[in-house]
Amino acid sequence: METLIVILVGILVSVGTYLILSRRLLRIVLGSSIIGHAVNLLLITSGGLKTGAPPLLHEKKAGFTDAIPQALILTAIVINFAVTALVLVLCYRAYQNYGTDDMERLRGNEDE
Amino acid sequence: MFLPLISALAVPFLYKYLNRQVHTGWFVLLVPLTIFIYLLQYIPHVAAGETYKYTLSWIPSFDINITSYVDGLGLLFGLLISGVGTLVIIYSIFYMSKIREALHNFYVYLLMFMGAMLGLVFSDHLLVLYGFWELTSVSSFLLISYWYERQSSRQGALKSLLITVLGGFGMLAGFIMLIIIGDTYSIRELIANADMIQGHVLFIPAMLCILLGAFTKSAQFPFGIWLPDAMEAPTPVSSYLHSATMVKAGIYLVARMTPIFGGSAVWFWLVAGIGIITLLYGSLTALKQTDLKALLAYSTISQLGMIMSLLGVGSLAVYFGPGESGTVFTVATFAALFHLFNHSTFKGSLFMVVGIIDHETGRRDIRYLGGLMQVMPITFTIALIGAFSMAGLPPFNGFLSKEMFFGAVTEVSHAGIFGLGNIGMAFPIIAWVASIFTFVYCMIFVFKTFGGRFRPEKLTREVHEAPYGMLISPLVLGLLVILIFFFPNVLGKYILAPALTAVLPMMSVSAYDLKISAWHGLNMELLMTIGVVAVGIFLFKTAKRWIKAVRNYPQQLTLNHLYNQTLRGTEKLSASLTNRYMTGSLRHYLIYIFTFFAILLMGSLLLLYGIRFDFSNNASVSVFDAGLVIGMIIAALTVLLTSHRIVAIVALGALGYMVSMFFVIFRAPDLALTQMVVETVTTVLFLLCFYHLPKLAKDIERIPFKLTNLIISAAVGLTVTVLALSANGHKLFESISSFFENAYELAGAKNIVNAILVDFRGFDTMLEISVLTIAGLGVYILIHQRHKALRREQDETE
Repeated sequence: METLIVILVGILVSVGTYLILSRRLLRIVLGSSIIGHAVNLLLITSGGLKTGAPPLLHEKKAGFTDAIPQALILTAIVINFAVTALVLVLCYRAYQNYGTDDMERLRGNEDE
Repeated sequence: MFLPLISALAVPFLYKYLNRQVHTGWFVLLVPLTIFIYLLQYIPHVAAGETYKYTLSWIPSFDINITSYVDGLGLLFGLLISGVGTLVIIYSIFYMSKIREALHNFYVYLLMFMGAMLGLVFSDHLLVLYGFWELTSVSSFLLISYWYERQSSRQGALKSLLITVLGGFGMLAGFIMLIIIGDTYSIRELIANADMIQGHVLFIPAMLCILLGAFTKSAQFPFGIWLPDAMEAPTPVSSYLHSATMVKAGIYLVARMTPIFGGSAVWFWLVAGIGIITLLYGSLTALKQTDLKALLAYSTISQLGMIMSLLGVGSLAVYFGPGESGTVFTVATFAALFHLFNHSTFKGSLFMVVGIIDHETGRRDIRYLGGLMQVMPITFTIALIGAFSMAGLPPFNGFLSKEMFFGAVTEVSHAGIFGLGNIGMAFPIIAWVASIFTFVYCMIFVFKTFGGRFRPEKLTREVHEAPYGMLISPLVLGLLVILIFFFPNVLGKYILAPALTAVLPMMSVSAYDLKISAWHGLNMELLMTIGVVAVGIFLFKTAKRWIKAVRNYPQQLTLNHLYNQTLRGTEKLSASLTNRYMTGSLRHYLIYIFTFFAILLMGSLLLLYGIRFDFSNNASVSVFDAGLVIGMIIAALTVLLTSHRIVAIVALGALGYMVSMFFVIFRAPDLALTQMVVETVTTVLFLLCFYHLPKLAKDIERIPFKLTNLIISAAVGLTVTVLALSANGHKLFESISSFFENAYELAGAKNIVNAILVDFRGFDTMLEISVLTIAGLGVYILIHQRHKALRREQDETE
């Protein structure tokens, strides 16, 4: 199972990277979102998969799955969400201001 | 030592409140005068062989202390600095206008320089010495660019700073190596352990680095090019820094380091060889100058080369040690110190003379000058004394040092060590030829300026003799030139002999006591001087015929051209390099980042044999799991390949929901919940935004564009996969998560994940909340600003 997930993560990262390297602003946002998912999956995989009960104490089982990666992912999901929302609004504003979403044309000021 | 630096602080106030009545220079004058008189008191004690040491604690925990050490060599330089400093300030009082010039700047820089220079020569601590060394570079930079509104001043200052600081850094590296070798910061202790140092691996590198510093500072070949350009400085500065003091800092360093490095073949060849090349180069280039200050600058380079080569020859004495042949080379070091002193006197006066000419006629080009003899008799006399002394004629002090120089180089030719053999013969020959050139340019200096026809129509001002105040300093220096010729032993015994002891501590004093007085008698050296005069007069008389040939020397082959090309070349190279990789395209930067990511991680995994796959702990795979994985891959590919934005969003949403399905399978209820909610909100956001954005039109890209993206993304994906698999294969320690199973006992919570989030690791959550808040504020401001801008536009159109 871990191997399978890791391969899936690899594929997702590849797809995300390809999207980030493209010219359209939106594709870049989509790509970073996919990479975010991939990283979350990788995190949970590193704690071991399907090894025990959910980390709820009233389950009264011998072993629980690793709770630390879950806590970390929970934090990561929320931060990822915040960043995605901000970036989306930024894209929106950039498109409104400059009239393009082509990264090759959004090259910043010449006199920088 | 710190008196000039402290008094420099007071100068601006004096200038501001008293400059209307009194020239600021009169106050400044007190400083070097005090130091000079103070240093004079040391002469009898130091001549008797005593030394003084003062320590001022600075950074005791690193063993860095300002240690000043007074011995013969330091005292010689100290007297020169303060003595010539006094005279230069007297001169500058009459040279610099009280009304037109920013005198406070001038005297602050000058005092700063003086303090740095005194600190340099009296320092015993290597790092403190380096500090003062750089302070001289900086203050010299400030003084050269004193008239900062002129472009040539700025360029000259920049050039001198670049070159001297390059050498300074080299010297710092050398010092650090020396500190590592000797395990002490003190020059005194290093000298005491000189034998031990010589065998060390870093001995030669340290020597080369320190010599780089000395050669750049003292304008040796090929680093001499900054000195002529530094002539853009006011003449008192040229006179003080660029003839008498700063350029001697390198000489001082070489002399100071001789007990440590002397006696090795590399040192001898570099110091003596470069010195003699500089001597020839400087005297040859001086011939073609038409600007008086440039001529003097090249003559300074040439004379410094002479002193340097004498020090190189003198270092042979360290090799031979006490004994007859050692004593012979000791004379060379003595000659170096003697000429060092003489050069300060006559070159200082010559620069002042040029300043007077410039001041009184408005010109310093010899093509416009001539016949000043009748108009400015006193200036002429001083120029004659200085120039004849520089040319090495009796009855001036230059004669004595030149005789000793010839004596030293002829001794080299039959020293018979360091593979000298026949090459040794080159030394006296080069020295002799260079002396002829020196003689010729000295004659040009005097007779093209003061001889010939007087042509007042070519001069911009009405010519008359300089004010007496301006003449005081050159007169004093000129008198010294003559006095030293007639009474060299007074100077020799009291000042030079202790300096010699400092340079060559292993030689006994009595051995060369006699040599100093022996300056009479018909010998080889005298014949050589007669030859110099004969050939020199012949060349000077026929100068009209060959001087064109020298002046037409192609510009492309000069060192200045090389320097300019190098500077321009490096600027162009770095600009084109930066333009090539800083394209401004985000994609290019991402490509660099991803490529380095993949290469570094893969490379280190392969090199460190980190790849290890271990599938033993894997959980089983059900059909449901496999189906989900396939579904996710399909969703991801759909996002990649679709050209409809709605499809892309929906596919992304599907991907997110499938991730939350995995969280369900992997026993993570909280995660599944959050993921589900967040994914929904994100999808809504995407939809909201995409409504306003253009269609997700597929770009028709060129194949190479797609191919690079494909290769890079595949490489990144592969790297992540391999890395994750290897990480799984290297489980080193047990997890600490069993501790958190005590959540109920410790935190009173049954949900372990929630207990971790709010109790065990609550800080993360707090900051995560701030992230969310900041993002929310950011979104609000971004949209609000837009609305405000829109409203303003509307107002304006209405």
